This record gives sequence, C-alpha cells and structure tokens, in this order.
Amino acid sequence: MVNWIWLGMIVFSVAFGAANGKLETVAEAAFGGAQTGVTVCLGLISILVFWMGLMKIAENAGLVRQLSKLMSPVVRKLFPDVPPDHPAMGYILSNMSANLLGLGNAATPMGIRAMQELQKLNPDPHVATPAMCTLLALNTASITLVPTTMIAIRMNFGSLHPADIVASTLLATAVSTGAAILADRWYRRRSGPPRIAKPRPDARTPGNSMTVTPPGAGG
Amino acid sequence: MVVEWIARISAWTIPMLIAFIPLYAAFRKVPVYETFIDGAKDGFQTAVSIIPHLVGMMTAIGMFRASGALDALIGSIRPFLESVGVPSQVLPLALLRPITGAGSLAFVSDLIKTEGPDSFAAKVAATIQGSTDTTLYVLTVYFGAIGIRNARYALKVGLFSDFVGFFAAVAACWLLFGSA
Repeated sequence: MVNWIWLGMIVFSVAFGAANGKLETVAEAAFGGAQTGVTVCLGLISILVFWMGLMKIAENAGLVRQLSKLMSPVVRKLFPDVPPDHPAMGYILSNMSANLLGLGNAATPMGIRAMQELQKLNPDPHVATPAMCTLLALNTASITLVPTTMIAIRMNFGSLHPADIVASTLLATAVSTGAAILADRWYRRRSGPPRIAKPRPDARTPGNSMTVTPPGAGG
Repeated sequence: MVVEWIARISAWTIPMLIAFIPLYAAFRKVPVYETFIDGAKDGFQTAVSIIPHLVGMMTAIGMFRASGALDALIGSIRPFLESVGVPSQVLPLALLRPITGAGSLAFVSDLIKTEGPDSFAAKVAATIQGSTDTTLYVLTVYFGAIGIRNARYALKVGLFSDFVGFFAAVAACWLLFGSA
C-alpha cells in the first residue's frame, strides 16, 4: 500500500502540476522535500544517539527486563506472539509510557528499539510482523494524556483556559486508539496465525536462553 | 488539578530518567560511560539508515503539496465534511495531519493565531493535532529503521485510526464546548 500511495502522490503531482503550469514548482518541491528529509534526520540524530545510549545503560543494568516483567496483562494481550519476558516488551512499555506522558522526543527512540527487538523475532526481515503492526498502530493513534505542545501554543496566544482541550483530546485519543486496536485485531485475524522466528544467531543479546518454537515457525 | 499534576510528572520524568538510569546501572557495576557510547553508536547508525526512507517520503509529499493536488483533494471532500459539522477552517487538517507533522503543526498554530485560541475552530484543531499522529512519518521512521519493505496492513490501520480520530475530535468538541 505504501508503494501505491507513493507512486500515486508522484504521478498525481506531476499531472496536476502540468495541468496548472506549475511543473517547475513541482520539480523544485521534489528537491526541497529531499532536503527536508535529510534535515529531519539530522534533527533525529541527536535524539536517537542520546536516548539509545541511555537505553543501552538501562538494558545492561537489567531495567528493561524488569520493566517487561512488571508488564500489565493488557500489554501481554496486545502482543500475544511476543514472549512475555522478551526485551521487546520492556521497550514497548517504555514507548507507550513516553507517548502517554507526551514525551515525543523520547518515545521515538524507544519505539525504534522496540521495533529492533521485534525484528529479532521476525522470520522475514523485509516483511512486518503482526506485533510490529500493532506497535505501529498504537503509535500512529498516539495515545496521549497531556497534549503538551498544543497547550503551550494556546498559552502563547493568550488562551483563557489553555488546558481545557485536555478533556476533548483524551476522549478523541481514546476513541482513535480503540479503533486502531480493533482494526489491527481484525487484520491480524484475517492474515492468519502469527509467524515467529527462532531467535536468530545475530541477535544482539548474548546468552539469550529463551527458545521460541511455536507451531508453524518455519525458521 | 489532575491535569497540572500530570503535566508536572511529564516535566519531571526526563530529568529523573537521565539521572536514575546511570545511577542504578553504576550500582549494578555497569561501566556507564562506555555503555552509553556503545548504545549511542547504534543510535547514529539507526538515524543514518532512516535517511533514504524519509527523503523518499518527503519528496513525494513536497511535490504533492506544491502541485496543488492536496488543495484539490481538500476541495473535493469539503461538502462532505461541512455536512457533518466540521468547522470549515479545520478542513485542510484532515489531509495534512497524516502526511506532515511539521506542516499540520504550522497550520494549527496559524489557525489558533487568526481565529483566537479560545474559538471553537481552534479547539477542534488543537484536539485533532493532539489526538492523532503523522502516520506516514511514523511508518517511515519505525519501519525504515529496521528495513521493513512490506508494511502489510499497518498503513491501512494507521490511516483508519486517523480518520476515526479526526471525527472523534470534532464530536468531542461539540460535546464539551458546544457550538461556536
């Protein structure tokens, strides 16, 4: 689907630009967009480098594993095909907590670390697993308790009650997260039983004693 | 009251984490600085591996906006959205939000400025911005970081939840703040 959206956007843009006599602007925008992509990545570098450094410390100190043990039954239900004591669970939980508190900058590296851990359970490294899709659904639905940025902007422009959007945001986010989880469930069921790989030899955590061999895991 | 409390927790979380994690690790005899550098290197590699994905996506989005195709699409959904009670000023957000975080943030800021922060449209826009995420960006970054090429149904689920979130935000604002 990403392939089609991408192709559609480009073909549509060129067709539209040609019809409106804006082809030059469209071409410029292509290079401008490329530059934005790199700029966004440069901005991400500092955040990723810092948080992944800190998270490595947390992982080696055993904090991530402890967090995954403390994990609530709800999260276990959302990710039935991930072993409960797998480090991925700890990172998923960190990612969800960071999203809840509106710590956008910290949530992304934690989500990426969670994806990297889930990738170790993936039999086909180019195709997303159901667990990855669920994690992505939770992140795009953006479970939020406090929309910090929005409150700050409203405050800037002199709102009388800058925080009164908290209630409406909470309501909307609850509905959209619920919808995301239901839709994810539906597709997950439709796409058949989960496929999980045995831990690959290149898995980064040495001495990993866990053995995951569910039925149908072709390796 | 509760809101202030949560906001305070948010403000304290990051400094506390930054202090607590290395301190705890040091007690567990982990060489903290070396471990930090080790993990930070992975962070750098991850960031670099995302570049092609983001460049590809941002190029398409940039072209799409510059060609006027986005405006045309917004125009085509206008009658439908207005008929279900969406304030007309908020319309572009329905399409901007899933494809560009910076773009939609700029749009919402401008709307809050021009309409006033306590106007109904501004509240709806802020609620939408706060309760949905830039699905294409999240997908690009998360899956780009681990080299996933086939996202399966993930994009459909994300766009569906944006769709639901948009209307839920409008409905919540009608419910809580009444009409303009």
